[in-house]
Amino acid sequence: MSRLVVASIGPASSVQDGGRHGAQRYGLTVSGAMDRLSLAAANTLVGNDPFAAAVEIGPFGATFTAKDGAVRVAISGAPRNADIGGKPVAMDTSVTLKDGETLTLGFARGGAFTYLAIEGAIKGEQVFGSLAVNARAGLGSPYPRPLQAGDEFTVDAASGAPELRIELPKPARGPIRVLLGPQDDEFDDANKALFLDSEWKISATSDRMGYRLEGPAIKHLHGHNIVSDGTVNGSIQVPGNGAPIALMMDRGTSGGYPKIATVITADVGRLAQTSAGTAFRFREVTMAEAQDEARKFAQLIRNLPDRLRSSDTIALNIEALSDANVAGYAVSAVDAGTWQVTAEP
Amino acid sequence: MAATLPPPRLLPSGDSAVTVEFSRTIDDDANQRVLALDKALAASPIDGITETVPTYRSLLVHYDPGKIGFDALGEKILPIATQPLPPATKARRWRIPVAYGGEHGIDLEDVAKALNTTPDDIVARHAGGDYKVAMIGFTPGWSYLSGLDKSLHMSRRQSPRVLTPAGTISIGGIQAGIQCLAAPSGWHLLGRTPVRTYQLHRNPTFLTEPGDRVTFFAIDHKTFEELDRAAEAGEIVAERVDA
Repeated sequence: MSRLVVASIGPASSVQDGGRHGAQRYGLTVSGAMDRLSLAAANTLVGNDPFAAAVEIGPFGATFTAKDGAVRVAISGAPRNADIGGKPVAMDTSVTLKDGETLTLGFARGGAFTYLAIEGAIKGEQVFGSLAVNARAGLGSPYPRPLQAGDEFTVDAASGAPELRIELPKPARGPIRVLLGPQDDEFDDANKALFLDSEWKISATSDRMGYRLEGPAIKHLHGHNIVSDGTVNGSIQVPGNGAPIALMMDRGTSGGYPKIATVITADVGRLAQTSAGTAFRFREVTMAEAQDEARKFAQLIRNLPDRLRSSDTIALNIEALSDANVAGYAVSAVDAGTWQVTAEP
Repeated sequence: MAATLPPPRLLPSGDSAVTVEFSRTIDDDANQRVLALDKALAASPIDGITETVPTYRSLLVHYDPGKIGFDALGEKILPIATQPLPPATKARRWRIPVAYGGEHGIDLEDVAKALNTTPDDIVARHAGGDYKVAMIGFTPGWSYLSGLDKSLHMSRRQSPRVLTPAGTISIGGIQAGIQCLAAPSGWHLLGRTPVRTYQLHRNPTFLTEPGDRVTFFAIDHKTFEELDRAAEAGEIVAERVDA
């Protein structure tokens, strides 16, 4: 066994996987990766199950050092500068850290979360099939809290498999798509239109539990109290002050504010990767379109292994690569165009 | 119960869940129907349903749109949801010890003042109630109870507290609650229980289920400390009285 030591890490970084399912009826929060596609891409690069446990790294930098042997890792998600001993490492590629080597990741440049998957995956004690950290409930493994410098993972020694890159679809563009409801009838047409037609920004006070949206105040038809009912990832509730909150992975399983709309499954990760302060819009879609996109999204994740390529052919202009990614994440969400997940490259 | 029931509303909660809503208010009949539908779906699972979450008035059904579409799922759920209610099964009953007032129930005196009575009277009314676990939600084990004495109905606090202690026993609006973990809350804190409705390495992990009945009894703060230590060690310090 090798060890991967967290030499330094910013706040809002934790172990996450596909989430904890089956106990929402007891109030047990789902948690799991904010951006499931990027988690799956990183895992696929090192031969893991797509939703295996990996390190979700928040907007700040982090460094990881291999000890007692080599460790093979991969990074995907919000783009960053990355290097091993000064030698650049590209996003969406696997790389092997030799014993004693350190991987340095800079701040996220556009986007919020980057995933570091480790060959053989992070090991720990599962609760309801998951290692995902839910700090409020003191759940998660091997550390039931955000990661700190000095934490370490006991991991498989690097297999020596050839390094890979993964060709992901072009970064998302266009508004974040929503289905209205389940309580859109708690708002009149003018306020629904205000929600759908306005430009929104994610507040800096947002976290894994919810993204607070800055924009016009949305008024309720009958006040802001409803009898608590169930929530899903991407529920957009409107509390008394009229400022919507998009509920994210650490959401409470129930809530007592009317939910005007729900972000479609295929776009929840895209909303998660929208940086604080970046303007974006919502667009209403039909159930048929939303479910079609959900199926394509699931298929995209299932077929990720088909997108693996040898890393020999990678263009080594890291700056150009990163900039291309930044443009995709940072400025696209206001465009009127529609983002389509395509099942094929 | 009437043989024909008004059909529930099927409200889309995104592309992978549907809220089956029986009522917009807290209503025991509606809650009975929620729990009955939940049980029926557990007994004869519909392919594609991944998880259900019963609440006071609705059943949230999570499903995989790769396996079943919204319309097809609705067509399967509606006939089950409109069946006459099955005969009531015997509920599990719990007696939950509570250390009322003082540091454990910092709002008890204010609640008494607001309702023009004494803290002892509030305790008697709260502990004298017969409650039902209508739903569990928000954080692990947080049990929302129906059956709060009408004289104790009062608006939630103007500004919610950022953090209230694990085990908090509180009231808010027309609801009473047992809170397991430390959490934000805008409810009024009457006391604290040593009972863990959720404890990770205990069997069972979750003590209460929707549909369970609950009564409270007062303990002194010293007894609280003793029971709290026992509970911390994994003992179930709630009394089960239905068996």
